[in-house]
Amino acid sequence: MLIGENILLALNGLRANKMRSLLTMLGIIIGIASVIAIMTLGDSISKSVEDSMSSMGVNNITMGVSQKSTTTETTASGMTFSRGPRMAQLSEEDYINEEMLTDLLERYPEQITGFSLQESIGSGTIQKGSATASISAVGVNAENLESADLTLLAGRTLTERDQSEARRVALVSEHMVKNVFGTANVDVIGQTIDVLFHERYYTYTIVGVYEYEESEMGFSTSSSEETQTMLYLPLRTAREQTHNRKGYSQLTVLTSPETDTVSFCTTLETYMNSRYYSKNESFEIRTMSLESVIESMTEMLSSVSLAIAAIAAISLLVGGIGVMNIMLVSITERTREIGTRKALGAPNSSIRLQFITEAIVLCVIGGVLGILLGVGIAAIATNAMGYAVSPSVDGILLSVSFSAFIGVFFGYYPANKAAKLNPIEALRYE
Amino acid sequence: MEEKQTMIDLKGIVKRFYIGMPNELEILHGIDLQVERGEFVSIVGSSGSGKTTMMNIIGALDRPTEGEYHLDGVDVVHARDKELSMIRNQKIGFVFQTYNLISRTSALKNVELPMLYAGMRKKDRLERAQELLCMVEMKDRMSHNPDELSGGQKQRVAIARAMANDPAIILADEPTGALDSKTGRKIMDIFHRLNEEQGKTIVLITHSQELAEETGRILTLKDGEIIGERRGRGC
Ligand SMILES: Nc1ncnc2c1ncn2[C@@H]1O[C@H](COP(=O)(O)OP(=O)(O)OP(=O)(O)O)[C@@H](O)[C@H]1O
Ligand SMILES: [Mg+2]
Repeated sequence: MLIGENILLALNGLRANKMRSLLTMLGIIIGIASVIAIMTLGDSISKSVEDSMSSMGVNNITMGVSQKSTTTETTASGMTFSRGPRMAQLSEEDYINEEMLTDLLERYPEQITGFSLQESIGSGTIQKGSATASISAVGVNAENLESADLTLLAGRTLTERDQSEARRVALVSEHMVKNVFGTANVDVIGQTIDVLFHERYYTYTIVGVYEYEESEMGFSTSSSEETQTMLYLPLRTAREQTHNRKGYSQLTVLTSPETDTVSFCTTLETYMNSRYYSKNESFEIRTMSLESVIESMTEMLSSVSLAIAAIAAISLLVGGIGVMNIMLVSITERTREIGTRKALGAPNSSIRLQFITEAIVLCVIGGVLGILLGVGIAAIATNAMGYAVSPSVDGILLSVSFSAFIGVFFGYYPANKAAKLNPIEALRYE
Repeated sequence: MEEKQTMIDLKGIVKRFYIGMPNELEILHGIDLQVERGEFVSIVGSSGSGKTTMMNIIGALDRPTEGEYHLDGVDVVHARDKELSMIRNQKIGFVFQTYNLISRTSALKNVELPMLYAGMRKKDRLERAQELLCMVEMKDRMSHNPDELSGGQKQRVAIARAMANDPAIILADEPTGALDSKTGRKIMDIFHRLNEEQGKTIVLITHSQELAEETGRILTLKDGEIIGERRGRGC
């Protein structure tokens, strides 16, 4: 007997028992929905993270000074102090200094292409007449400036000489120019600005204006006048201003494209800690790459997935048993029909196929409803988390075939029972 | 010279239920019966005499406990299940007292069913089913489901279904038992037509002496034995 006929027959039967069919499918729906939800969620998050990663630079490693986490020190008296909220202050020798960076460059010339360094000064205000603009000033080296990926609208960028001579020059945003000067971008090149930081004025010469990208600032509900834009200074200029001669608490190591950032992270961390921080009681070096972040994120997600998979497995099992049960009921109800079919010449195989098809149709419809529900849940969750939804195609295909498999697995026993019914008994059944 | 062909050949058929159990029951005690091709035979007898049991064996729905049975020359007793379903599909058309139409399935689809199991193509199936429903004057009710039909209409659909694969034999177990005499008359007329015009061999179980009289041969069954045999008017 044709598969198509069987499917129509099964749909007919389901339509006649809508409520019963829906209740039967519930286990399958819940099981498939949870699988689809977690797969879609996982796919959406990793896709979004990957997208943002590519713009942030795959080859960057963040290196920073961090408080030792294993600070269970045993004193002479045998007492142990467990780590607590005891925040030690960074002292001069705790910082990552220039010598260390030079050492790293010499030691790993293949991997390290440079360091992206910055010195943050903080928020300040530019005043000119009645016009004001809020800025955040940061001293950057050439590598750091490059990764900021600015588009120059007028003037020039910061040069090597600006850096080495610690010139008091600055790159400003077009936004600031518009608010404070109200003139064309080219007209402000060479002009000076006075910036107020903590009740002290600093004067810089504008050498360049960069394009201000609103989106980069994230959501800013404040009016455009209050919007804070970046003011880029040469690194040494900023360091002189903050009187920081100690070093860096955090920096970015730029690596060559061939470098495996995950393993190089560990290499760097091990080397730095054994060479420079082994005697340091409270601080150590920690490194992290975007790839390693993703890796740990995926790891976390996969352990969540595992838990959901367990729930899904249980509900699919329960759903499958439900399908088996309803098939047994359906076969008992239709005993006479089975007898009649046999009298009309239906071979056992065709009766078996009819009921297996019915079970598969039941399960696949449940699966499809589950997919819709799962994608819906995932869409709500990803939206709430601020990611874009990307439905997992693999997950959908897997779910449909898996629900068909459940149909075959749990439908076989009832279908076989129907196929083996004695035609006489079946026809006599009241 | 007219060539006689034995369609149904029962020899010493014994049927027992609950075999090997304390309540073992022998229903048929060695039935011998030959039915020629084109005969119209009726079986009468009181309730519980074993008419349906015998009919089931004739229809290859059940196997006898003892005895030999050849249907159109084919050994039914030793056939495998798959062969039995093929025999039922190709050689036999059943008509039941309770119609046994498949519910939620149109008259047309019901008639198509035996052809579906025979592996006939959709187009041929449809054509033949329509033709058969026209024959039983059910043309205008083809798309109706069984629950939308009267008893007489249902039985006519059931006869059309029994005729689907052009079987040699039609087995009808009290086909008019649930119908009033006027409707029953109509059904009987169809059987006569099938017998006379298409040469179908028909075995009819009935409780109506009147209807039995119009067939060619009347067999009387009592307690699992054929106790009488006589010619009817339709000879
Ligand atoms: N599958 C079975 N298992 C046990 N006993 C059976 C079975 N089929 C029939 N019988 C018994 O065999 C006897 C004959 O039954 P059968 O149905 O052949 O009678 P019948 O002549 O068709 O009666 P009726 O005219 O009422 O239809 C009955 O006593 C019945 O209980
Ligand atoms: Mg009977």
